Amino acid sequence: MAVGLTHYLVISTILFCLGLFGVLTRRNAVAILMGIELMLNAGNINLVAFNRYVAPGAVSGQVFALVVITLAACEAAVGLALVMAAYRGLETIHVDEINLMKW
Amino acid sequence: MLEAAWLIPVLPFLAFWLIIFFGRRLPGEGAYVAIGAMVVDALWSVVILVQSLGGRTYEANLVWAVTGGRAVEIGYQIDPLTAVMLNVVTVVGSLIFIYSIGYMHGDPRYPRFFAYMSLFAASMLTLVLANNLLLLYIGWEGVGLCSYLLIGFWFERPAAARASMKAFVTTRVGDLFMFVGILLLFFTVGSLDFGAIFEAVESGTLAGATLTLAALLLFGGAVGKSAQIPLHVWLPDAMEGPTPVSALIHAATMVAAGVYLVARSYLLFFASPDHGALTVVAYIGGATALMAATIGIVQTDIKRVMAYSTISQLGYMMMGLGVLGYTAGVFHLMTHAFFKALLFLAAGSVIHAMHTNDMKEMGGLSRVMPRTYWTMVVGSLALAGVPPFAGFWSKDEILLEAFHHNPVLFWIGLAGAFITAFYIFRMIFLTFGGRLRSAAHPHESPAVMTVPLLILAGFSAVVGFAGAPWWGNPFHQFVSFEAAETVPFDPTLALISTIVALAGIFTAAAVYHWKWIPSESLRRAAGPLYALLVHKYYWDELYQWTVVRPLLWMARRLRTFDLYVIDGAVNAVGLIFVWLARLYRVFDLYVVDGAVNLVGWVTKAAGGVLRYAQTGAPQNYLLVIALGVILLVVGGIIR
Repeated sequence: MAVGLTHYLVISTILFCLGLFGVLTRRNAVAILMGIELMLNAGNINLVAFNRYVAPGAVSGQVFALVVITLAACEAAVGLALVMAAYRGLETIHVDEINLMKW
Repeated sequence: MLEAAWLIPVLPFLAFWLIIFFGRRLPGEGAYVAIGAMVVDALWSVVILVQSLGGRTYEANLVWAVTGGRAVEIGYQIDPLTAVMLNVVTVVGSLIFIYSIGYMHGDPRYPRFFAYMSLFAASMLTLVLANNLLLLYIGWEGVGLCSYLLIGFWFERPAAARASMKAFVTTRVGDLFMFVGILLLFFTVGSLDFGAIFEAVESGTLAGATLTLAALLLFGGAVGKSAQIPLHVWLPDAMEGPTPVSALIHAATMVAAGVYLVARSYLLFFASPDHGALTVVAYIGGATALMAATIGIVQTDIKRVMAYSTISQLGYMMMGLGVLGYTAGVFHLMTHAFFKALLFLAAGSVIHAMHTNDMKEMGGLSRVMPRTYWTMVVGSLALAGVPPFAGFWSKDEILLEAFHHNPVLFWIGLAGAFITAFYIFRMIFLTFGGRLRSAAHPHESPAVMTVPLLILAGFSAVVGFAGAPWWGNPFHQFVSFEAAETVPFDPTLALISTIVALAGIFTAAAVYHWKWIPSESLRRAAGPLYALLVHKYYWDELYQWTVVRPLLWMARRLRTFDLYVIDGAVNAVGLIFVWLARLYRVFDLYVVDGAVNLVGWVTKAAGGVLRYAQTGAPQNYLLVIALGVILLVVGGIIR
């Protein structure tokens, strides 16, 4: 069985769902950040797969994946800094305990 | 000097503004500024008189406003009459200004006094210089205003405030007639220029009843200003003002403005059919002369004696003009200005020393105030008409003219002359003769007051010689009205008038000096007549009953009308709107506000319910978003 576009998309979907599940269920803010990373990487797999199978001559999908990786790095840095700041101010990184937005 | 004569009224006018604005910071607290302006004017007037004696006249015009096809011009002229009046106003005025330094010394409104006096001088000089009725009227109202301000100068005293209002309102009655007269002339002739009006009279455009009416209306103004019957009631009360004011305004100049007006527009009176207007002038003058003189007998206030004397002498001037004695009337105006100013200033000196106007508290002042005494005697002799003092020459001329043109008025005038001599020497004997009748400590006034008295006494003694017959009567040749030829000097009549004057003085001496006949018994013998005189012929009471009371009654009725009808209507409108407003308030409160509040309440209630959906936990929101996306995707696939 030759590996095709569908396989990549299935893998990507599973990865995305795992990430989403992590984001929605984890209480630890760091774990949530990791979930977000998973979702971003699922998107990257999609981009590269489409680039390989749909338009092999173009490189825009790969370039876009690189941008997303960079963005993910930045996001991780900012996210971890936020977590650190939250921990310093509130002495917890459990998101259900950080409910300052509640009315 | 004639060409720039318009500057003469401007100088005191500038002095007025300077003193009003800078007052006490000026040299002499403003007095020197006012006096400086007047003295310059006086010297200027003398130069003008000299040039005018040389036969020079001058006239200049300026278009003031164009109304429709008619140009209203204002301008000034210098002729013999103007030259004489200029000198009277400025020379007498300068002396009175100087005297005021002493008399007004220490007054809290000292600079303002000189400001008002300067404004008066400016208005009077405007009046005198005017060659048309418009400018004359401006000056006329200006002197009226200053008269009001200066009579009420000590307005803290209710009597002074009342007197100033009485003077203003009474003269206003006359001025209204004059204003109508001016309008009539403008309507008929189309110009207010004296020259144009006289031309119209000569060419016959203005003649007959219209002419007489115009002349009499102008005379109405003169009656008010010169305090003739029946508008004389204000002048005695005007004595509430400071004495220099009485001397300048209510003796020498302003009250003579009425006489000046008649003299200036003499052709109007002269040309009226059968001299109708002149006859009215003559009889009113004669009646005033006799009536005021008789009231003067019973006055005890020294200034009121002077006031009635002034009214009486103004009556003589009017009578003189009325009996075709144009020159005689103007001549008497001039001599009277000098000797009456002297008498008033001397009376002011007495009041300054005694701090009272009441002659009953005076007496024996000749020893402590010799200068005042002798100058006052000179003034009294001039007023009584004893030769060679000024009043003799002019009064004699008036009587002479009356004798030739109207014998009835001659006898009235002669009786008046007797009474004049009597009341003025009664005043002299009561004030200066006998012993002091009160505990006061009088003293002679300072030199700044007595020197003007001496100068005026000098004038009162010699100024009459301008009309003396042995020098060819120079005044007649200078100021004359061609159509009314002068009656030559008559020694017999002069002798009669002298005898009458001396008889008056002798009678006064018999009653008040030697006391052969005690004045009390005289008073009792002439009971009803005395009561009539003390009540001033009941003029004030007459006006009280015919004018003041009906007016007040009307005013009260109108006040009631105003209060209940007009105010009622206004209040009704107000009430209606208040009720309407209450109605609108209810609508506003429950309908408009209700709708607004409802919107707010609904929004708030919705928010209250929906807020439970907000957990504040981002994961919840994300879950909802994710479920929503899944739903959308599923929905999209199924379709």
